[in-house]
Amino acid sequence: MEYRDLVIIGAGPAGLAAAISAYEQGIRDILILERENFLGGILNQCVHNGFGLHTFHEELTGPEYASRYIDKLSDLKIEYMLETMVIDISEMRNVIAINEKRGVMEIQAGAIILAMGCRERPRGALNIPGSRPSGIYSAGTAQKFVNLDGYLPGREIVILGSGDIGLIMARRLTLEGVNVKMVLEILPYSSGLKRNIVQCLDDYDIPLKLSHTVTKIHGSERIEGVTVSQVDEDLMPIPGTETYVSCDALLLSVGLIPENELSRKANVTINPKTQGPIVNERLETSRPGIFACGNVLHVHDLVDYVSEEAALAGKNAADFIKNVSSEGLEVEIFAGDGVRYTVPNKVNPINVEKYLPVRFRVTKVFSQATVLVEFDNLPVHKKKKTIMTPGEMEQVFLPKSWFTERPFLRKITVRIEGDENA
Amino acid sequence: MYDSIIIGAGVIGANIARELARYDLKIAVLEKMSDVCEATSKGNSGIVHSGYDAKPGTLKAKYNLTGNQMMPELCRKLNIPFRQNGSLTIVFNQEKMAELEKLIERGIENGVSGLMILDRETTMKLEPNLNDAVVGSLYAPTAGIVDPFQLTIGPAEIAVQNGVKFFLSTEVTGLYKTKQGFLVKTNNGNFEALTVINAAGVFADDINNWISERKRLIRPRKGEYCLFDKEVGNLVEHTIFQLPSGVSKGVLVTPTAEGNLLIGPNSLPDNDKFDILTSAEGIQYVLDTAKKSVRNLPTNQIITGFAGLRASEKDGDFVLGEPEDVPGFFNALGIESPGLTAAPAIAVDLATWVAEYLRAQLKAEYIEKRVEYHRFADLSTQEKQELFKSDHDYGKVICRCELVTLAEIKNAIRRPLGATTLDGIKRRTRAGSGRCQGGFCSPRILEILSEELRKDIREIVKSSEKSTYLVGFDKDML
Repeated sequence: MEYRDLVIIGAGPAGLAAAISAYEQGIRDILILERENFLGGILNQCVHNGFGLHTFHEELTGPEYASRYIDKLSDLKIEYMLETMVIDISEMRNVIAINEKRGVMEIQAGAIILAMGCRERPRGALNIPGSRPSGIYSAGTAQKFVNLDGYLPGREIVILGSGDIGLIMARRLTLEGVNVKMVLEILPYSSGLKRNIVQCLDDYDIPLKLSHTVTKIHGSERIEGVTVSQVDEDLMPIPGTETYVSCDALLLSVGLIPENELSRKANVTINPKTQGPIVNERLETSRPGIFACGNVLHVHDLVDYVSEEAALAGKNAADFIKNVSSEGLEVEIFAGDGVRYTVPNKVNPINVEKYLPVRFRVTKVFSQATVLVEFDNLPVHKKKKTIMTPGEMEQVFLPKSWFTERPFLRKITVRIEGDENA
Repeated sequence: MYDSIIIGAGVIGANIARELARYDLKIAVLEKMSDVCEATSKGNSGIVHSGYDAKPGTLKAKYNLTGNQMMPELCRKLNIPFRQNGSLTIVFNQEKMAELEKLIERGIENGVSGLMILDRETTMKLEPNLNDAVVGSLYAPTAGIVDPFQLTIGPAEIAVQNGVKFFLSTEVTGLYKTKQGFLVKTNNGNFEALTVINAAGVFADDINNWISERKRLIRPRKGEYCLFDKEVGNLVEHTIFQLPSGVSKGVLVTPTAEGNLLIGPNSLPDNDKFDILTSAEGIQYVLDTAKKSVRNLPTNQIITGFAGLRASEKDGDFVLGEPEDVPGFFNALGIESPGLTAAPAIAVDLATWVAEYLRAQLKAEYIEKRVEYHRFADLSTQEKQELFKSDHDYGKVICRCELVTLAEIKNAIRRPLGATTLDGIKRRTRAGSGRCQGGFCSPRILEILSEELRKDIREIVKSSEKSTYLVGFDKDML
């Protein structure tokens, strides 16, 4: 068994930024464990641009964005192990990992940062009836085939789900000469970023069919086609609207799930809404010294926010290792009407520096609605927004002064008020 | 000229092959699919029934009991995941408690041991997640759960190790009597044999009817299932049945031998022999019915759905042995539930009959043990490290959901009757059967298969010949 001050699980954007931040806070004994054979995580297969606008004020591709952090990591000589799979974490921060060189390793960590990212929802989660042929891929798997391995998953493709990866893949495959027939979205709105709908579908005349879904899969060996149906307000297929669309591949972009198998092993409490750990303002989970950031905490739409959040986790893990105490009462943050979840779920006001960023997602599409923040049920912040959709992460910033002014604060609520659509 | 040809490499054909291989005979198994365990044997509940349900005096009752008794030993010997978790047949109103008494009587008549009626309190104590409306249950401690894939693959491997030849992708197209025995025509050439064993699942009636005047009719009944994440595999500990309907044992809720939660099946009669499609209505029925058994069914944890066919013969019982008019032709036909349980017992009798017919002698040497394989995920940390020392490929995790290593995948390809497809890898190692359903590991497994089999990656398939994954390379279409 060996000891490390800080073990970071995952070397995607979250793990990299967390490591650099912890280093900058004076921690030197850092080990990053990564299961793939490269650093940068899923960014490596995101060859499109649009990354880093917030952080670097320029448009980078995924690998470029990752390389900024990887270069820094190597400058700082932060240690990492590739092709290393963490198979267990205990409540007391004992980490068991395995790789080809060293076999099973047991590491006691002073602090742990969970940065395992997320995975895609598979077909089974949708219960699409029909056969179970080959040719059905999650959009991310298809992205890996095309961008990293150089293989085409199909020639005539239907994409189910208008999540960002699905939209990006619609364009990517079109550029490879593949016939992308349509993108189907069961909801009356897309769950992807507006800019991706414009740049990936509209610019290439790929139809986006809202309130439509796949109701049957055809083909006994390789997929031969799908039945597409319109759905009603309750998302149930409307009889009589079925059309047959032939295809040799179906891509699914139907949601991402934080990968918290290891968090559960460490008895970290999971928020059923985000499927990520419950954390306080320091991004510390219910287990002391175990922090979480990035898509393992909640699914982000922009990598810039992942990096920012991870830097905070890195700093706080460093404080934990240096034994910086934090006294005072924890204030709970509630997701009120129209808000699906918030991150963090708790805040200790003593630890708020200049401001506390609270990130959240809305439950449905709101237009001309107001984001309301209440401290002990009294409004402290109101902001009108033209449009808010569940696909885009929202955030509010709560200044330190709001907390110092209210020493007996017990409860913060974020909710949405007023909606033209309602 | 073979002494014996077995048609079909499902759980029945594979187990018969293993038993028959004890004799000094030249044996071939013909299977039309690209792997063993590709039809009914892959799409079922994986239940080892206790045997109270079958009608006393039937072959189903007889072989259910013996199969159940053989299962623990067989699974231990062949390293097949099996657990004797017991079953509870639950009822929702007091009047129905009397029917449980009847089931006990029937069970006793069938020779089933340990059956008892439990009151509401005891039932709920055993299974706290059962629906509140439960008033009592029938407890069958000898019921169990088994991995149906391994129950087929294991015996098939033993058969191969003892000299049985498997011809995959070999579809029987005709069967004729000859002077000496039989001529079996296939898409892969002609075979001759002194005896033929018909274990062709839902198609066994066709094969019987080609050669015997004693006509048989299989009317497949389809069953649909939902499989849940291992996260909720402990929702119930026992296999939960509702009262049997007479036609089927109804929708069950059960842990699987591999630790998932499984619900299903419904029962759709007179199904097409090729149709294993799932339907929205079918899955909904399964969900609704399962919800009557358990509270808080975690439907957001479903990872896949599937359907299978029961090979129901119109007379309702198993059909075993030679029809009067065709000596040397042995049926194992109409093997529906409890067929999986019965398979090892059916195999013993069938093999004995064939051996007697051929006056065969037992071989001096018979290999009982499968070529070694390990389930890395199930080992302790220390055992993992030991295994790693023997082969560093155990340090390379390929399937992260089920923790399957490179060494296990290579082993699955290199062992007797090794995997050649992604489904083959999945059924032998569980790689790809977890919560991401192959999203992360399938690209890697395609590469490993391509390397190991020295095949172009575009030719690697999911199961059948046309079920390809990759259609070409980037820029092919530009």
